[in-house]
Amino acid sequence: MEQGETTGRRFAQFDEMHESGVCRAQYAMIRRWLDDLPPQQLALKQHEAELLFRRIGITFAVYTEGGGPERLIPFDIIPRVLDAAEWDFLARGLRQRVRALNAFASDVYHRREILASGRIPAALILHNDGFRPEMQDFDPALGVYTHIAGIDIVRLGPRDFCVLEDNCRTPSGVSYMLENREAMMRLFPGLLARHRVAPVSHYPEELLDTLKSVAPVNCPAEPKVALLTPGAFNSAYYEHSFLADEMGVELVEGADLFVDDNTVYMRTTEGPKRIDVLYRRLDDDFLDPLTFNADSALGAAGLFAAYRAGNVTLANAVGAGIADDKSIYPYVPEMIRFYLGEEPLLANVPTYDCGRAEDLAYVLAHLEDLVIKEARGSGGYGMLIGPCASRAEREEFARKLGAAPTSYIAQPTLALSTCPTCVESGIAPRHVDLRPFVLVGKEIRIVPGGLTRVALRAGSLVVNSSQGGGTKDTWVLEP
Amino acid sequence: MYLRIHHETSYHYDAPVKAASQILRLSPRSHDGQNVIGWQVRATGRRELPSFIDGFGNLVHCHAVNHPHDFLIILAAGAVRTAETHGIVRGAAEPLPPLFFLRPTSLTRPDAALIAFAADLARHGAPLAVLHALMQAVHQRLPYRTGVTGAATTAAEALALGAGVCQDHAHVFITASRALGIPARYIGGYLWTGSETMTSEASHAWAEAFVPDLGWVGFDPSNQTCVTEAHIRVSVGLDYLSAAPSRGVRQGVAGETLAVEVRVTDDATRLDGATQ
Repeated sequence: MEQGETTGRRFAQFDEMHESGVCRAQYAMIRRWLDDLPPQQLALKQHEAELLFRRIGITFAVYTEGGGPERLIPFDIIPRVLDAAEWDFLARGLRQRVRALNAFASDVYHRREILASGRIPAALILHNDGFRPEMQDFDPALGVYTHIAGIDIVRLGPRDFCVLEDNCRTPSGVSYMLENREAMMRLFPGLLARHRVAPVSHYPEELLDTLKSVAPVNCPAEPKVALLTPGAFNSAYYEHSFLADEMGVELVEGADLFVDDNTVYMRTTEGPKRIDVLYRRLDDDFLDPLTFNADSALGAAGLFAAYRAGNVTLANAVGAGIADDKSIYPYVPEMIRFYLGEEPLLANVPTYDCGRAEDLAYVLAHLEDLVIKEARGSGGYGMLIGPCASRAEREEFARKLGAAPTSYIAQPTLALSTCPTCVESGIAPRHVDLRPFVLVGKEIRIVPGGLTRVALRAGSLVVNSSQGGGTKDTWVLEP
Repeated sequence: MYLRIHHETSYHYDAPVKAASQILRLSPRSHDGQNVIGWQVRATGRRELPSFIDGFGNLVHCHAVNHPHDFLIILAAGAVRTAETHGIVRGAAEPLPPLFFLRPTSLTRPDAALIAFAADLARHGAPLAVLHALMQAVHQRLPYRTGVTGAATTAAEALALGAGVCQDHAHVFITASRALGIPARYIGGYLWTGSETMTSEASHAWAEAFVPDLGWVGFDPSNQTCVTEAHIRVSVGLDYLSAAPSRGVRQGVAGETLAVEVRVTDDATRLDGATQ
């Protein structure tokens, strides 16, 4: 069977630019611009964009077995546009969701009222690797666990936005959001000038303000912030150094830090400097060999003790991952009702929990219609896209499911919206998603837009950069 | 009983090490049947060690030396008044619910042999009877022998080796108990061995299991007894790693000479109240 035909027949997908053959208002000027642009000019501009990115040096190391070389994430020059009303709705939904996720983390590490109420099975939380007993009864500054959240949104219709997954640990990609806008300003200043596009360049300031607002109670003076990176071999190292630079804070590795008297210091040529807030882009397991993985040399010995003693803030908090575990995801709408007393503005994607016998039976019987994901995986690894998989791949996955059902969840294959994209044959619709970045400190801030990821292969629904996805600039039009 | 504890650990390095840090779970806390009269944790070169309460409710001291040194001495000492509770532990800080203590860890993940070992005990019926049978079975299957296992030995490995020390006994007990659906946890502490019938290394370890209607009950498989007034309960965790009396890292490759001295003495003269 033709794959394109399968997708075409099963799903009526929404195109961001055209609705029933008519160009949507927010894309009118882009449509005209594309129509006026000679085809060779388009290819030339696309090539120019690539050169620009190569010069800036944004690369992304793709993790594959055996490791891979650094490569460029493809950038598509046709922006994705949201109008003010669409963004206003999304932003309200995101604020609501992130407030609930933080309330949930706080509850889970204190009284666990949501478990007592029977709304979430207690074992699902208490036996989850994402639940860190080390965090029990600890009060992080302002009660915030996820300071930087990346919420992945897909669009299924004009007014139909869904959350595909929450990223509450160390979401990445914001540097692409910033660089994409920078590239568009250099490549097409005229096009941008003709629109009222909400700026994004103040994200680093917003991030720094957020981090300073969650300084620990014992912080003696103006909080000193640093960004902790696992080092140059990490796939997101470019982003770490970029953000540290933009914020004007130190980029540190574990070896640059030491802990004395439950206080964290950075070694400098002028002697030790106290650190009050660590924006850490290092997983929980590697933070402190005295409390977590004893073999880790990436963190600092004693860091967790300093944290629990209230002398340093870690952003995001240790254990924040309990809120973004894929087995917890189905319960987020219930969290919103429980903690906020509100109805969720953003819907969830229906999710089958393979750990439940009846769900597993359904999933095994409908493998060719479903997307199967590892409950604790990320980056699009270890997943099966039923409609695109071969019979052999589906059978292999059925065996995996049978062996460890609790490790998997399944969702229907979604008709992600498409957006016109430059491809070899010209301009063609490609599937997109959106990762807005939500900052939580004393207040919640969202820089308008986020990172639009685009699946560059025709018919593909996988937008992850590790799986051949590209990115687009995301425009939010001001009213 | 009125027990005095003196626990001294000294490290002597062949060559100076640049820096060292440790966290120490060496402080008993009061609960029914255990009243901590006075306690201190000290280390060379520090007036007072900073501390925090961990997620299990343990009082953890932190020690960091950020300059070259060639020896380090850590002292935990104090006095504890204990009373017989027939192994039942009440009145302790219980930040985490019993259900949590069914969670396996890398040291307590059961293999087929351990599951079979546990399943064989289910025939004893009620949880309390099963747990007593488990305590006997651990003692029979793993005779007390030092030098066979190490700090990183898992419960499954210890069962296969068929010998071990108190840490291994506790791990096998905990793993089997969890496999039977009974929450169980690791306890680090001290034991007064003045009775001559009890065995203990420098410091001791045992297990607690959660029994419906009774709550947490301490089982000491190495001595085939529920915990007594001779047991001083210090740290709680899912396994040795999360309850470890000390975890440390240091910079420098020097060899070390480690000496541990634990003295638990009974001071009957200090007993007051009804006995005087």
